[in-house]
Amino acid sequence: MTNSIEELGSADVLLVTGSNTTETHPQIGRNILEAVDGGAKLIVIDPRRTDLAKEAHIHLNLRPGTDIALINCMMRIILDEDLADDLFISMRTENFIPLRDYLHRLDLDELSATTGIELKKIHEAACIYARSSKSVICYCLGVTQHSCGTDNVQAVANLAMLTGNVEKKHSGVDPLRGQNNVQGACDMAALPAVLPGYQAITDSAIRDRFQAVWKREIPAVPGLSLTEMTHSGKDGAIRAMFIMGENPLISDPHLSRVQETFENLDFLAVSDIFLTETAQHAHVVFPAASFAEKRGTITNSERRVQLCRQAIPPIANCRPDSEIIMELGKRLDCPGMDFESSDEIMEEISLLTPIYGGMHYDRLEQSHGLQWPCWNRDHEGTEFLHKYYFTRGKGQFTITRHQEPAERPDRTYPYTLVTGRGSYHHYHTATMTRNSKRLVREYPEALLEINAQDAKTLQLQDGEKVELLSRRGKVRITITITDRVQPGTVFSSFHFFEVPINQLTTSVMDPKSKCPEFKVCSVNLQKVKHD
Amino acid sequence: MQNVMTICNYCGCGCGVYLCVDNNRVVGSYPSRNHPISRGNLCSKGWHLHQFIHSRNRLREPLLRKNGELLPVSWDEALDVTADALHKSRERSGPDSIGVLASAKCSNEENYLLQKFTRAGLGTNNIDHCARL
Repeated sequence: MTNSIEELGSADVLLVTGSNTTETHPQIGRNILEAVDGGAKLIVIDPRRTDLAKEAHIHLNLRPGTDIALINCMMRIILDEDLADDLFISMRTENFIPLRDYLHRLDLDELSATTGIELKKIHEAACIYARSSKSVICYCLGVTQHSCGTDNVQAVANLAMLTGNVEKKHSGVDPLRGQNNVQGACDMAALPAVLPGYQAITDSAIRDRFQAVWKREIPAVPGLSLTEMTHSGKDGAIRAMFIMGENPLISDPHLSRVQETFENLDFLAVSDIFLTETAQHAHVVFPAASFAEKRGTITNSERRVQLCRQAIPPIANCRPDSEIIMELGKRLDCPGMDFESSDEIMEEISLLTPIYGGMHYDRLEQSHGLQWPCWNRDHEGTEFLHKYYFTRGKGQFTITRHQEPAERPDRTYPYTLVTGRGSYHHYHTATMTRNSKRLVREYPEALLEINAQDAKTLQLQDGEKVELLSRRGKVRITITITDRVQPGTVFSSFHFFEVPINQLTTSVMDPKSKCPEFKVCSVNLQKVKHD
Repeated sequence: MQNVMTICNYCGCGCGVYLCVDNNRVVGSYPSRNHPISRGNLCSKGWHLHQFIHSRNRLREPLLRKNGELLPVSWDEALDVTADALHKSRERSGPDSIGVLASAKCSNEENYLLQKFTRAGLGTNNIDHCARL
């Protein structure tokens, strides 16, 4: 997030796109609802009528995969209404003229038809967003999990820069990060092309700095991304894997390909707190200590690095992941694997990672954390990003064009399946939440959301089991009839291993971010015949 | 009973939570009033944060596959077998034949260590995690 979570509560206009905030980020959702309570306008872009969409002043229920058309339409309206921030554009951005010319060539009625939303509604939303100087955009995986995910994000950035709604308190572009430490895992370079702090692996000067401390040469060529590894296949490049606390056999797209890879690996080691579906395929399984049994920091969505304190010693014969990694490192002659505490590891992190330069345990212990960039011990951390300048200098406008999703509904597969985290009570592959009695009581089984109109056509009753099929596989799932989804669209979560919804999803991904297109795939529903 | 301040392990909000500890068991969780995100509030997952910690389904011993079955072994055996297999794969098919997945559920320090181990120890940049899922 470029802003802090707290700032959302005092924004005047909140544009939330591709995020079921109240269910997946409840406390951020609370800040949004507090803002609405105080008079702020809420615009929600989502094909589903989520709880947050019900609270919105305008709900733009677009056809899945038409985000760019919608944002382009809003930008054109902003230009036509003379609501662009000319001063901001001239001083802080570049490449505006080509975008302006492109937008002027677009046909508004055509764009509105592409999205399936009436032009009047888009017009109203565009004017509300552009007229305020305290407008903030929150987005989540509904924007990124498309084959054009990178362009979707660029379109959102274009919209914010066009109206000057960045660089200030209460206005910015806020990607909401899913997992408790997905921000930190990215910051720490659990990514194939960067070193900690987003420093390019291809830059030899940066590699030198790390090599001097690590006392080993670092390969200069970027590695494979997650799906490239898990989809590497029977005779793929990946022969052995070590997996720490992840469950790709439920969470990754097009699961039959993941299964093929895992069944043909020479060796798989998994470290986890439960025997996940992935761990069941392993040759070696390490019992890891849970968050309550170790000390360490995690970084939340607003870049706040916070200390998790140890509450109890590891249960049974479990050990923290850090110990497991260091033991393996020592056995493979990797230098620098002899830290005595996580405090010591953070000292090395702050030495090599400029944005974490001022993160030290004594500071984190005495506060509710510090927000990066925090350059040194005297730096107080950063509440919001891009004040005075963008990371790259000037903000760059880039033309984004609407592109249809990889799969479109056809005769055999006439419905569009959208997947996501579908419940307030469960999390991701639900290994933790399904080991919590009360959460299981609240939401015991996987459900497929379907519109009443479609249920009528297919002669389906609420609570009935159906067979859900795509070009890649099929699952059996119970339906729930609801107006949360539009006709032609169905929705389900991937929380339940009994209904591995990712058997159906496509492995098509955004070419730049390698983010799979979880939000659009074509499916069909069939009544389960009883003998 | 002792209350230990920590951060919720579920979503990216990062709420401040107290874990109630009784005789080395975590028996409850409740929100921090002063924490800037939780401000005295938690969602249903946060209020039940302690429930999975002592679950009967937790892994308790290192396991090694012998004759198709995962059986309990000592830490040394599990670590030796793993180090040996990774070493062999590197010797036989090169460092890029190894893939490593880190975790958005683990700490910064653990993710840092794992990518250091992957890059400096194994000699590959094949490391990623579920950031896009």
